[in-house]
This record gives sequence, C-alpha cells and structure tokens, in this order.
Amino acid sequence: MSANGFLYFPGCSLRATGAAYEESLLELFRVLAIPLTELDDWNCCGATSYMAVDEGSAFLLSSRNLSIAAEMGGHEIMAPCAACYLVLRKTLDYVEHYPEIRAKVEAGLRAAELKAFTGVKVRHPLEILYNEVGVKALKQKTTRKWKGGKIACYYGCQAVRPYDEVDRPHNPMRMDELMNAAGAPTIDYALKTKCCGGSLTGTIHEVGVNLNEILLREAVRKGAGCIVTICPLCQFNLDTYQGEMRARGVAIDIPVLYFTQVLAWALGGDIGKIGLKRSISGRAAIEKWFSSEEAPAYA
Amino acid sequence: MWMHHPGPGAATSAVRQKAEIKMTQIARTMKYQREADPEWSARIRQLPGCERVSSCIQCGTCSGTCPLSIYMDYTPRRVISLIREGFKDDVLASKTIWLCASCYSCTVECPQQIHITDVMYSMKREAIQEKKYPSRFPIPVLAREFYAIVRSRGRNSEIPVVLRMALKSNPFILLTMMKSGWDLFRTGRISLKFEKIRKIRQLQKALDATKEVA
Amino acid sequence: MPDQNGSVRIGVYVCHCGSNIAGIVDCKAVADYAAGLAHVAVARDYKYMCSEPGQELLAKDIQEHKLNRIVVASCSPHLHEHTFREAVLKGGLNPFFMHMVNIREHDSWVHLNHDPATGKAKNLVSGAVRRVARQRALEKGSVDIHPDVLVVGGGIAGIHAALTLANAGKKVYLVERQPTIGGHMAQFDKTFPTLDCAACILTPKMSQVKAHKNITLWTYSDVQKVDGYVGNYSVKVRKRTRYIREDLCSGCQQCIEECVYKQPKFYDEFNQGLGKRKPVYLPFPQAIPQTPVIDPETCIMFKSGKCKKTCVEACERGAIDFELKDEEVDIKVGTIIVATGFKAFDAARVPYYGYGHYPNVYTSLEIERLVNASGPTSGHVVMRDGKEPKSVGIIHCVGSRDENTNRWCSRVCCMYSLKLAHLLKEHTGAEVFNFYIDMRTPGKGFEEFYQRLLKEGVHFIRGRVAEVTDWAYDPSEEGKLVLRVEDTLLGMVRRIPVDMVVLSVGLEPHKDAQEVRRLFNITCANEGWFLERHPKLAPVNTFTDGIFLAGACQGPKDIPDTVAQAGAAAAEALALIDAGCIEQEPNTAYVIEEHCSGCKTCVPLCPFGAISFKSEVNKAEVNAALCKGCGTCVAACPSGSLQQHLFEDDEIFEEIEGVLAYV
Repeated sequence: MSANGFLYFPGCSLRATGAAYEESLLELFRVLAIPLTELDDWNCCGATSYMAVDEGSAFLLSSRNLSIAAEMGGHEIMAPCAACYLVLRKTLDYVEHYPEIRAKVEAGLRAAELKAFTGVKVRHPLEILYNEVGVKALKQKTTRKWKGGKIACYYGCQAVRPYDEVDRPHNPMRMDELMNAAGAPTIDYALKTKCCGGSLTGTIHEVGVNLNEILLREAVRKGAGCIVTICPLCQFNLDTYQGEMRARGVAIDIPVLYFTQVLAWALGGDIGKIGLKRSISGRAAIEKWFSSEEAPAYA
Repeated sequence: MWMHHPGPGAATSAVRQKAEIKMTQIARTMKYQREADPEWSARIRQLPGCERVSSCIQCGTCSGTCPLSIYMDYTPRRVISLIREGFKDDVLASKTIWLCASCYSCTVECPQQIHITDVMYSMKREAIQEKKYPSRFPIPVLAREFYAIVRSRGRNSEIPVVLRMALKSNPFILLTMMKSGWDLFRTGRISLKFEKIRKIRQLQKALDATKEVA
Repeated sequence: MPDQNGSVRIGVYVCHCGSNIAGIVDCKAVADYAAGLAHVAVARDYKYMCSEPGQELLAKDIQEHKLNRIVVASCSPHLHEHTFREAVLKGGLNPFFMHMVNIREHDSWVHLNHDPATGKAKNLVSGAVRRVARQRALEKGSVDIHPDVLVVGGGIAGIHAALTLANAGKKVYLVERQPTIGGHMAQFDKTFPTLDCAACILTPKMSQVKAHKNITLWTYSDVQKVDGYVGNYSVKVRKRTRYIREDLCSGCQQCIEECVYKQPKFYDEFNQGLGKRKPVYLPFPQAIPQTPVIDPETCIMFKSGKCKKTCVEACERGAIDFELKDEEVDIKVGTIIVATGFKAFDAARVPYYGYGHYPNVYTSLEIERLVNASGPTSGHVVMRDGKEPKSVGIIHCVGSRDENTNRWCSRVCCMYSLKLAHLLKEHTGAEVFNFYIDMRTPGKGFEEFYQRLLKEGVHFIRGRVAEVTDWAYDPSEEGKLVLRVEDTLLGMVRRIPVDMVVLSVGLEPHKDAQEVRRLFNITCANEGWFLERHPKLAPVNTFTDGIFLAGACQGPKDIPDTVAQAGAAAAEALALIDAGCIEQEPNTAYVIEEHCSGCKTCVPLCPFGAISFKSEVNKAEVNAALCKGCGTCVAACPSGSLQQHLFEDDEIFEEIEGVLAYV
C-alpha cells in the first residue's frame, strides 16, 4: 500500500441504499489513517444489467473508470461494492485475454480521448484490511468490547467468485478472522457464500425473498444474533424484507450490518458516523449492542 | 426455524405438474433435427467465455449448486446441452437465462471450467438482440431500463429505473415495494438526487464507438 | 570413403509404400533422377521395400552389381531401419553402409502437391547419396547383463514381479520404503468384483517373498543413487534403522505391549489417522517382516533422552538397540523394475465436499480401514461422532475428471465405490446412495457386479454432487449432512440428507515422483505418471534401457492389470538377462585424443554422465556403453576432437552439399 492510500470508487449503491457502507468505511479508514481519494467523475459500473444487454458497453463503462484511475496516477482502485469490484476486475481480465473485447474498449477510449489503463489494480476493503493492516494489528487497535450476539459472516457471491483475491470461494474466513480480531464470536455458517438473489427481490419478488429467508433462518438456527456482510445489495436484501417475513409468521428480526460498521465501532470510531441508524431490521439489538461506553482496551 | 416443508406427494416441480395431465389435454413432445440450428450453436461457442461449452460432460454440478435452478424451466446443465444441440428457440425463450443471478457458483465448480455465467450473459444478450424474451418479463425489462438510464446520466437512479421497469412489465410489483420503499426513504437510503456525471458526452461518445467495432 | 577397389557403387531404392508414398511422390521419377547421380550404380523404385521380395532384392543387387553403399528412400527409420540393415547384412555388406531417407513422414504424409513433393524427395535422395558415400563400416557394441534385479516398491506389483523373477532363479533385491511390504492392497478390505478378502490373497504372496531364497527383502529402505547403464547398474540403498534388529526379533510384539505409553496416542498412518499407534508399532498384524519399528519422531527416548525403556526390558532376545544407525549398501544389478505405486487424492482439495470440516465425511481409503476386521474399529462401522450411520452418500470422481484438480479418470473408483456401497450396506443395513457422472465398469465381471448392487437396492443417482453442508432446510435434515445434487436422469434437483459421506478419491502420482524419476533417469508424462515407451506396444518399458515399470506408478489401474503388468515387466527383465548381453547402437561419441586440449567443456554437458576426464593425460574419455549418441558434446567441443560415429562431420557436410546441389 502506498503512502497515498487508495483511489476510491464508491459506486451508485453506496450513495443510496448502501449509505451505511460508505459512512462506516470512511470512518474506519479515517481511524486507520489510510487516505482515500474519490475517483473523479466516476460513472456507474453497469453491474449485472449492462452485461445482460451489451458486452462492449459493459466493459467500456469499467474501462472509463480504470482509465480515469490511471489518469489520476493511482495504481490501486478500491471498490467496496461486490458487483462494482467484480465488473472492474473482470474488465481487467477480459480486456487482456480477449482481442475482440480489447478492440471494442480501445475504440471507445480513443473516441473519448481517454488513455489505456495498464497497471491499474482493483482492490476490495476486506482484503485490504486483511492483507495491508492484518488481523494482529487490528486486534491490537480495538478499544471497545463486543457486546453483541454471535455473527454469521456472509460473504455473498461476486466478491469471492470467480476471482479469489478477496477471499477463497469455498468457506472463506477472512471476514470471520477480522470479526474475531475485533472481539466478536462467529458461527460456522454453511451458507456464507450462497446467493441472496441480487436484484431478483425487485423483479421476481417471491423468489428473491425466499433465498434471503433461507439465509436468515439458517443463521439463527446456528445461533447467530446478526449477519455481517461486505456487499450493499446483500445487506439491502437481508435487511429490508424481514418485516414481510414476520407478517407471514416467521419470527425474525436480526441486524444486518456491514463489516466496516463492526470494525469502525470496535476500533473506537465515532458511533454517530457509522450509519447504524440506516438499518431497518434488528433495531432493538443495535440499540443494545452499540453503546458508547468505552470498554477497557481489548487485551 | 424451518422453511415450509412440502409433504409427501406434493407436486413441487414443473415436471411433476406437467405429469398431472387433464384428460382433454395430452401433449406430444418430439424434437426434430430440422429444429436444430448448428450454425448458431457454432457461433455461440466462439463467443468470449463460451469456448469450453463443447467439453461439457453433463455432470450436473452447475444445476446442483445453482441457487435458482429449482425455479428454472431448464436447469443450467440442460441449457448447455440445448446450446450444443442447436435448439436456439428453446434457449432464448427460457426463463432460465433471466433467472441466473450471476453468482458464479457454477463457474467455480464446473469440472470442465466452462464459464457458465458468461454463457448465460451471452444468451441474455442474444435474446435481447432477437427480441425473443418472454413478454413483460421484469428481468430483461429491468436490464434495458438500467442500461438506458446509465447511458443518459452516467449513474444509476433507482426511482426512475424501478418505476419504468414496473410499468413496462408488471405494475403490481410496485405494491410489493411500498413497505420497503417507505423503510428505505425514512432511513435516508433513497437518493432523490438523480445524479449525472460531468463528462456525460464523453461517456456516450465512447459507448457509441464500441458499437462501431464488429 | 571408397572401398578397396577405389570405387563407390551405390544402390538407391525408392519405395512406393503402396500409395502412402506413391500417392503423392512420383517414385519412378525419383529413381530415374537418382540413377543420374554420381556413383549410383543401381536405382530402382519398388512397391514395398520392407516385404520379403523387397529385402531379397537388396541382397541380390548387392551381390550381382557389387554394390558397397545402399540408400533406401521410404518410411521412418523407427520402423524399418533394422529390417534393411539385416537385409544388407544378408547381402554381405556392413549394415552401416545403408542409409535410410524418410520420404513418407517427412514428405508424402505432410505435403499435398505432387510436383513439389517429388522435388523434395529428389532433394532428400540427393543428400543421402552424397552422405552414404562417406559412411564407414561400424560394429555394434555389446554389453553384458548382470543377472541380478532390483525391484523398487513392495506393493502387489513389486511382490509379483519379484516372485516371478525369483522363481526363474534370478536374485532379486526388493526395496520398500514403508516398514512393511503390501502397499495399498494391504489396506483394502475386500477386492472387486469377487469380494475376495484382500489380505487373504495378498499375505500368502507376502510370506513367499519373505521365505524365498532368491529374494533379499529390505523394508524401511529407499534407493539413494543409481549409476550405470543397462546391464550394469550400481545402486546405493539406504536401510533406515528400526532401532530393532531384524535378525534377533521374533515378532512377539512384547515391546509394543510394554511401551511406557499405555494407550496408543499417535497418528496411525496405516489406518489413515482413524486409529492411533504407539511410538513402537507394527503397521498391521500381518506385516512382513514381523519386526516392529520405533519412530524417533514420537519415541520419548529420542525426544528427551529419558525413558524407562520398558521395551528393552520386555524383549527376551535383546533385539532393541537405540544406538543403531542407518546403513548404506551398494549393490550391482542388471535391470531395475520401478513399482512405486500411487497416492490417494487429498480430498481437502475439493472444499465443497467438507472433508476436514465435517467429521463424518470420509475418504474411500478411510472406509476401507473402517470396514476391515483388522482395522481401528475391528470392522464395526462407527463414525467419528460415535454413531452408526443409517444413511450413506458415496460421491464418485472426487478429484478426477476435473480441470480444477486432476483431469484424468482414475479408472478404479466406480468399481470400488460399488464395492464400498455393498460393504457398508452389509455392515450397517444403511440406505446407500451412489452419486456418479458415468458408471465405468469395463472389466471381467464388472458389469455383473453393478447389476448385483442394483439388485441390492443401492440408490444410483446420476449427478455430480454440488455441495455437502450441514444446512438444514427442515427438521428431517437436522443433524445430517445434506447433499445437493441434480438428479440428471430424473431431471430434478434433489436434497439428500445422510449420516455419512464417502468421497471416492482418485489416484495420483506420489508427491516425490519427479525426484524418483530423476534418480532412475526415466521420465514422467505431463500428468506426473512415469512415462512408458509406447502406450500401446511398450507399456512396461521406459526410454531408459534396462529400467521397467509395473503397476499404478505408470497410470491408475486395478489389481488384475497391475499383476499383469508386473509379470510383463519381469518377462522383459528376464528376456534381457537370459539373452546375456545387449547390442548397442554404434552412434556413440569418441575422442580424438591428439586434438583434445583438456578444456573439459564436454564433461558437465553429458546428460548421461558418459564423459569422464583422465587427469593423468589431460584428456576426455567417452564411455561408449553409457553414451546415447545425443551429439551435445560433439557440437560443443571447441577443437572438434569429439566426433560421433554415424554422424561424422564429413558425412553431414556431404549431406548438406547434396541437398543444396539439387536446389
């Protein structure tokens, strides 16, 4: 990690449904003193929708962002949203390996008078914290003692598949290790990488909600009191529809948090700045767990 | 904490439901070689990400790991086989390709390293190009609305996208979203800003230029 | 070089090879062209030179036309060089005055147009005619074959090969790395398809090995170094010490009984970690030799130096001696049979099957020990959590047929999965599910075995299991391992909860296959198995003369095929030994001492270690028996004092001139 920190690509979700992710991420990186520079005039990554309509356009959207990154002199661009991360990462891969895609992207960049983006790397906050800061260092920096329930670490799909640089695709453990370092116990969660359905909750609603109900029920069955995620769409899905499930008679009301919220809190960040008020479900638990009492330094 | 448990004998699958034939409705299913389009099949197998489709050993791991396969009319394995055999219409008309959530579980586990997710994306694009998707099906409609908004503003704005998607496919979707919409609004998670990037013309020029390349 | 009369008289024969050559090349035109070249006395084209009449034609022409050089333009020398050399010899000429030109693999089989192909054939013949004029008479060398044999690896392959050779009266050294012979077969319970008890059919052979006067059995030993060449190998064997003298030990096992560890505590390799052993142990009851081993990694005496040494007291023969050291022995053998076997695939490499994560997920090898009456549970099938399984899922192809792990099919897993299904059902009455991609049952009695299993009511689901988890969808799945799989034949995705999961792991080369192959100067194929000389026609030979392969080290196979290969390898070795000597191709390098400056450039270059340096006279020397004629040293020698028979400088230059002359 360079002294300049990272270029920061928020993505559309972090400015809307994923607001808590951005807030807690910025607060966490402030506490850790890792500088972040927002990518100038970034455009939407296109997520899964663009790839479904036109391939060249989809890769071009990411290429413009990567090009801006290169232009800004940065080599490492951090994308917290799993979909953004995947699309950017896939672009690097496919532009390199498929001449037909490279041709399209180069034509687009030329027309826009943007330069090529060699040497840019795409990062994700989970692996940045794991690799650059490290579990041991994080443990030493914790100042608050976790008072919450056991955590079901939920990694979702696109951050860990098909690229394994953020964490391995089967039974990833990096988030678990970071949570443990922050003093929070975790459960053995077989569904930690099972899809939440993504945008399906908005299109084929019952199917999408069903997938999330499975995740929530299994977490509770295994003794978890909350779910912690790394992706804004996963967080949205798991958080938003618990009320609907309760209306059908399912007894479920657990917090769904971002790992950056837990870490920012554990490291002594400003409680008012980590987006806790944005949660829809598990409000009672959140009130109880995140008080501002300073516990003795975690040994 | 249990999911709804279907009792013994419940018709839980499309296959089973088909089997409950009404006497007045007996269907005949025969697949003729004239329905097959080998050229299309060959072209698909040249697309980026689809190269290893020929190596499929039909093991079914993809369908086994896919969280959506139980909702699909053809499981992913069957779609690969349909592509190989050239039954284009069946593939493009299927719900399968739209139900794929791009979770990449299949791609990671496939013993022949077939990029099944990319195959699904290719089929989505083919279906849109040929206008062959199920009508008023929300998913392709969402994709197209998202595409249009990002092209015009450079960033996604949820409210217009969701509204247009619902109106063009199934307006009742909006009813299911009312509670969640309110929850999101009161927690400040809905952006009313309708953001636009500064260099939108630059982006549009670039997008158009990629379309020029064959 | 001209002959005694001073004139070179060349016969050129252009073969049609049916239509293989004549279909593209105008053989008559090539023969006519050749007739016009210098020193060519006879030029013919002929339909099949390799046929009897074709060969006789050569012999006849040599005598009638007093030919002293022959060029045969036909197929690759790999096929008929030997044939034509013999034919020429019959005609009374030194066989090395014959040169073959390949106008089939190098011409008619790789080109489509007649005229250019014919031109190329003429071109090649032109080069050959000029070359052959320079060829010298050579004699084949001969190397004696030492009658003793080294067999590396004491599994069923090594055992069978050793017994076959020993019964033929040859002295055999059988070297085995583990403390006992028997290999993987000793770990199995029953064998397919007959359900013969593996130990019952193996142990008699193991006893024969021990008792045979012609077999020197060294267990807990490995090969350290191999020098030499076919018929004359010098091998250094390290005999590791058990700290128990084999010659004194009676196999009473009192030392194990009386060990200070009252209960076994350490990982038991033979039982795949399902049971435990003490620091002093016998791998299994019928181990041969019946001498226990003391493991210095776990024995207190070695770890701290302080122990009551109850074992020493218990031994009535005084066979235990902690001062014993490893021993190195040098032996001389003529042939070597490599029978080092396979390694089971590490199931942890397929993480979505939960091996190592969920306690009741087992590998097939672990199940073999579990159902075995001499295993850690005395054949009682009880899982790691103490319960007996009421349902079992057996997953085929774990690690095999998978680009992410091993590409190949491991050949035995379908059959052994059927066998385990039968054994588990027999032992527990459980409901058994086999999950397969294809059912591969090609051998004798194999399909019938599959039918037997079908009749026994085992479920067969065609689908590769996508995941093994403890995720419970409803109460019936709680506490179980749930397999999610597409039943491709039924066309439905299914969730099947079971108590125990068995992973049918594939076969792989040993981890140190590369080191071992370097030791013997043989090659590995790109998948890591030892490479045979020809997959169809020479499956037990290697590219190194005198070294043979037997069993799974050459590729995954079952016991009948292994035994057959072991017999084949023994036969190959016997063929060499009984012939007594082997002829060597005289394409070796040699040193012209007057020109050698002693620069030593050549010495380290030889891949076969054939060049040594005579420091007394400051000259290099080539051991013709080791030399394989690769030409590296000849090319590297700065003074040109290294030359090669059959590839002399003037021969090569003439060939180049001949080719350019046509052009």
